[in-house]
Amino acid sequence: MTALDPAPRTDAVVPTTTETVESPEKRRQRLSTGVLIAVVGVLLLVSLGSTTGVARFALSDAFDEVQLGTVPLPGLPTVAVCAVLCLLAAAAFLSGRVHGRLAALAATVAGLAVVIGFLTWAAAGRDLPFPVSNQFAGTLSLATPLVFGALCGVMCERAGVVNVSIEGQFLAAAFAAAVVGSVTQSVTWAILAAVVAGVAMAALLAVFSINYLVNQVVLGVVLNLLAVGVTGFLFDQLVQPAASTYNNAPVLDSIPIPGLSSIPFFGRVLFDQNILAYIAIVAVVVVSVVLYRTTFGLRVRSVGEHPQAADTVGISVRGVRWSAVLFGGVLAGLGGSFFTLASTGQFTKEFTVGNGFIALAALIMGRWRPVLATVMCLFFGFVTQMASQLQTLSTPMPSQLLLVLPYIATIIAVAGLVGRVRPPAADGVPYEK
Amino acid sequence: MSTATTPPAGPGAGEEATPPTGPAPATGAPRTAAGPARRFPWTDVVTTVAAFVLAFLVGAVLMIVSDSDVRSKFAYFFARPSDALAASADKVGGAYGALLAGSLGGVGPITETTAQAAPLICAGLGVALAFRAGLFNIGGQGQAILGALLAAYVGFTLHLPPGLHLLVAIVAGLVGGALWGGLVGWLKAVAGAHEVIVTIMLNYVAAGLLAYLLTTTAFQRPGRTDPISPIVDWNATFPRLAGTQLHLGFVVALLAAVVVWWLLERSTTGFAIRAVGANPHAAATAGMSVARTTIITMALAGALAGLAGVQAALGPSASGLPVPLSAGIVGSIGFDAITVALLGRSTPLGTVLAGLLFGALHAGGLAMQSVAQTPLTLTTALQALIVLFVAAPALVTKLVPFVRTRKAHTSGPVPQGGLAS
Amino acid sequence: MTEADPAAPPESGLALRGITKRFGSLVANDRIDLDIRPGEIHCLLGENGAGKSTLMNVLYGLLTPDEGGIFVDGAPVLVRNPKEAIAAGIGMVHQHFMLVEVFTVAENLVLGREGSAGFLSMRKARRTVRELSERYRFDVDPDAVVEELPVGVQQRVEILKALANDAKFLIFDEPTAVLTPQEIDELMVVMRSLRDEGKAVVFITHKLREVREIADRITVIRRGAVVGTADPTEPEGRLAELMVGRAVSLVVDKQPTERSATPRLSLQGVSVANAGGQVVVEDLDLDVHGGEIVCVAGVQGNGQSELADALLGTLPVTTGTVTLDGARISGRSPKEIIDAGLGFVPEDRQHDGFVGSFTVAENLVLNHFDETPFARGIRLDLARIRGNADERVGEFDIRTQGIDTPVSALSGGNQQKVVLARELSRPLAALVASQPTRGVDVGAIEFLHKRLVAERDRGTAVLIVSTELDEVAALADRIAVMYRGRIVGVVPPDTSREALGLMMAGVPTEEALAAAAAAHRGAADDGVPAGEDLT
Repeated sequence: MTALDPAPRTDAVVPTTTETVESPEKRRQRLSTGVLIAVVGVLLLVSLGSTTGVARFALSDAFDEVQLGTVPLPGLPTVAVCAVLCLLAAAAFLSGRVHGRLAALAATVAGLAVVIGFLTWAAAGRDLPFPVSNQFAGTLSLATPLVFGALCGVMCERAGVVNVSIEGQFLAAAFAAAVVGSVTQSVTWAILAAVVAGVAMAALLAVFSINYLVNQVVLGVVLNLLAVGVTGFLFDQLVQPAASTYNNAPVLDSIPIPGLSSIPFFGRVLFDQNILAYIAIVAVVVVSVVLYRTTFGLRVRSVGEHPQAADTVGISVRGVRWSAVLFGGVLAGLGGSFFTLASTGQFTKEFTVGNGFIALAALIMGRWRPVLATVMCLFFGFVTQMASQLQTLSTPMPSQLLLVLPYIATIIAVAGLVGRVRPPAADGVPYEK
Repeated sequence: MSTATTPPAGPGAGEEATPPTGPAPATGAPRTAAGPARRFPWTDVVTTVAAFVLAFLVGAVLMIVSDSDVRSKFAYFFARPSDALAASADKVGGAYGALLAGSLGGVGPITETTAQAAPLICAGLGVALAFRAGLFNIGGQGQAILGALLAAYVGFTLHLPPGLHLLVAIVAGLVGGALWGGLVGWLKAVAGAHEVIVTIMLNYVAAGLLAYLLTTTAFQRPGRTDPISPIVDWNATFPRLAGTQLHLGFVVALLAAVVVWWLLERSTTGFAIRAVGANPHAAATAGMSVARTTIITMALAGALAGLAGVQAALGPSASGLPVPLSAGIVGSIGFDAITVALLGRSTPLGTVLAGLLFGALHAGGLAMQSVAQTPLTLTTALQALIVLFVAAPALVTKLVPFVRTRKAHTSGPVPQGGLAS
Repeated sequence: MTEADPAAPPESGLALRGITKRFGSLVANDRIDLDIRPGEIHCLLGENGAGKSTLMNVLYGLLTPDEGGIFVDGAPVLVRNPKEAIAAGIGMVHQHFMLVEVFTVAENLVLGREGSAGFLSMRKARRTVRELSERYRFDVDPDAVVEELPVGVQQRVEILKALANDAKFLIFDEPTAVLTPQEIDELMVVMRSLRDEGKAVVFITHKLREVREIADRITVIRRGAVVGTADPTEPEGRLAELMVGRAVSLVVDKQPTERSATPRLSLQGVSVANAGGQVVVEDLDLDVHGGEIVCVAGVQGNGQSELADALLGTLPVTTGTVTLDGARISGRSPKEIIDAGLGFVPEDRQHDGFVGSFTVAENLVLNHFDETPFARGIRLDLARIRGNADERVGEFDIRTQGIDTPVSALSGGNQQKVVLARELSRPLAALVASQPTRGVDVGAIEFLHKRLVAERDRGTAVLIVSTELDEVAALADRIAVMYRGRIVGVVPPDTSREALGLMMAGVPTEEALAAAAAAHRGAADDGVPAGEDLT
């Protein structure tokens, strides 16, 4: 097929010198980051007007064995300092004078200043202190399903199958966990059922995208709709009329790790989680090892980058993609079970509320790498937890708007801070043989 | 274009197939200068019908499995199979019978179908238009919410003369949707943010915004504590044909389809949209601005989805009055719209037909819920199943061997590729 | 002109018997017989689109033939997929390398032959790369990431992959298309040493010069069928006639014209950075006058593509200015530059040149559809668009079923005619054409060359970027040789091929000319541009 093929566009271009200029892409990203930080800084300045009193941050809650007390921060000065720090960081970005580590430092300073400034503004003058240890513990717990979802996405997309249906996989798995958990009254069976449901959804994704070459983004959306429809229908028809039989699954206990869990502050944050949270941590390691250290991982990455190359050395592109997607289904199933088993043991319609999509965003921002994607999940968990904590503080912000913070954070992260990233080259491209 | 492994999809698609002096290869139906010919797409119709049948079969299985009465009869299936079968037939027949009667059984149901179809058509056009520019507009939901929000606000706040009031309310809804959609286009063009993520997130933001506004004095009905708005003025309500559910909104939806057709096939804007959608690199090389086209397309798509929100806010319900603004005002229109656009293969005519089909499904679903006590959520599942089957004609052929469909290909002019920008 | 006895495959080597492959109504391979013997270099010669690659894809198991069989050492073998091809001892060096670019050399080598361990062990792969690399003097670092390697080295990795599988039959599919003349020479050395080791080498190409230099035996394919075998000693003209099916002339009838006094397209101190921010064109000065063709020669990847993109404005010019008829165009949008009178034929027509799903008529107005006479306001004037298409299709002899046929259904040559017709259908100050005849059959090449010269005769400044020295020699009034983003020198069109080759490798003009002259090979044979003895 020589004639019409484009010339290889990826020729290694010989640069004339080692000199580089800022590409328009990077410039745009730098400027949008700068503008974004500047806007937040100005917002903080504006909020000075509504900042009164002292903001208190509680380092431990009433149930902790070791009470660490609260840290008071004076509202007005703290917010003012944070605003100025933001503006300085913004200026650094906009001037274009900072690069590399300095830029990373400026971004970190700005990030911290935004969080502290916002929290201080919100908590200043309230009756209750802001519970810091809850904030971190909640972050981990909220991030757990996201991590599973993002890892599912990593497996699929590294193999070249875009997975927009993480949400649907979550939903199906959560439903299965609720019903099977209720019937068997066993957490183990509930988790297994969730995994089966996740894998079943993954199999649908695989068969339509890999065998029938359906556009993967569209397919993902339709599969989500299917999950909403089927779980919704079964819920209405089967579960709702007999909620005590079918919607009454046992809840996961938290498993404190002996010794470690009694460390002040960190013990409760890190070492007193439920089994799924620990599995999530293991899963990050497993996925990393599988992708980068095993022959299967090499094959997964090769079919996601250049399926023809894999094909010409005798690798079954379809087989590898199928395996990767099903493996992803296992992870998504685990993540889905978390929604049911880590909260009330009950399923409600569409109660994964976009977590699957946030996991997808985390995956993209994590550049299709398991560890970085996990960090992004923690970021989203942090924002979500912060929003729900602030709700209880009766802050100046209406609760409905606080609830959309994670979504806005996602948009900002995708648009302002990440810019264009390089996905696996064959991501989303069906392989026709 | 893949290299060695893809056989040419058609003559000339892969290798330079024609001998230099030979005649150009046959390429099927002749086409008009501005787009594919409108030769009647029999294969599409056959596929769609087969997909419907298959989806309804799966739906029947779901109903039987989930109905406790029927299941209890299956418990002694081997002793007396007739009981179980009769119960199943009753259950399925009752539900689907009600569905059919509720969508096509008489003037009332048929006009209910048109009323349900109107917003689906509008939002479906929004998705289809974006598809043609290579964009995935998953944000119909948020755009429709904004449209409904502004249209309703104008509808119950301003008090204008008949005609004018309706017009202003419609325009407000269009603007709301266009802004919400245009924002996505702008973020994509300027910051490279992928529209799938941004549109999905904006759906949640719009829902939050609606929930918040319904607690403010501007939107909340005086004297109420629950989040519900005042009722829209009569002057801003779509007038309906007496005694039926056929209202002006349906005509507006058809008009929108004609406008979209004209825009795509007969205007320079549409030319650019199609060019950018089919090959953005070639479009850029030919001097078109991909960024500008992206923004324009998303704004137009948002306006169309906003129009769907207008339908939800200003269309008369069975009582004759529009439904007041509440958290669920637009239902799941944004996601339904995607299935409509897919089923309609991203063409305006197809979208209208698909909108009518799914409108019938919705209208019938409502009847099914009230008459046969079968939850409305079944229609969502049916819709997804239908689109899945339509998107994979090869699967349909496999399952229903006597149906001959076109060669396997992805559904309609849907942009390729993943989530990279 | 016949194989020994088509019925009986030989006892040693690889044999194809009666291979037929159809795509719909098109017969890409028509009952092809072919024998490939150990210890010889067998050239498969044919035009673009003759069916060479289809045949090789059949041989490598990427396509399943409709009829016919493959024999190794006299015994029939089933080659249904690449795995079976590899097992049968067949190795392929693909034209578009089958390398995962973000992997290292060793990772690419180990892919598909990892063993059953489960966990990756790179140590053995690295050792294999080193051993093979030493044996064939390849000098490849096993830990280098493929996308960072020059094309020539990438090709060696591709060869290493085949050798690591102990291939007995090595197929090289158009291997020279992306190489410098020097790299081509090195490749030939490698191919010869492989042959001398007793391997069977198949060399697929359409370049007569290379065939004559290296082939032990030649099989010519035309329109999917074997039309004959030839001896490498036969004159190029005879081979060309076999390949094309008629006498061809690649000599372009070019009369001297009046050059405009002032340059119409002028580049001063132009630097361009690629999308990643690397400066790939640096401080480049070049003037193109009306009525002349300046060819930019150079090896792929030395900044020519970026230079062309920057002229159109799709890549920004970071420093320096470009003027068109005295007016500055650098820093303007592609639309403004097109409207200012720049015609542009992109290097990769599939990617940038046309919208495949659009009709011929639509593609013919792709860059001026929104201007009079084709649009009024935002309304398209379909009648005018169709009228224009009818005219262009006639004028440029575009072979299409109709103006409503999608361009993707046309042959490569006709697609390129559509692109050129669009650009030449409006008054131009300058035309920038990259690889204007890449992947196009000879008939279309002749036509396209004629049109380019006609445009020059009309007084347009024509800048052609080409990696084909034959094309450069046939068209150019002046040749600018580019290396690593800079122009090494501007030389007249009769400069010897050796000198150009040296300049393309970065040797300064004076030195290159002197060295080429010293080699004393110029006048008699190779120094004459290819076209001239193709009569």
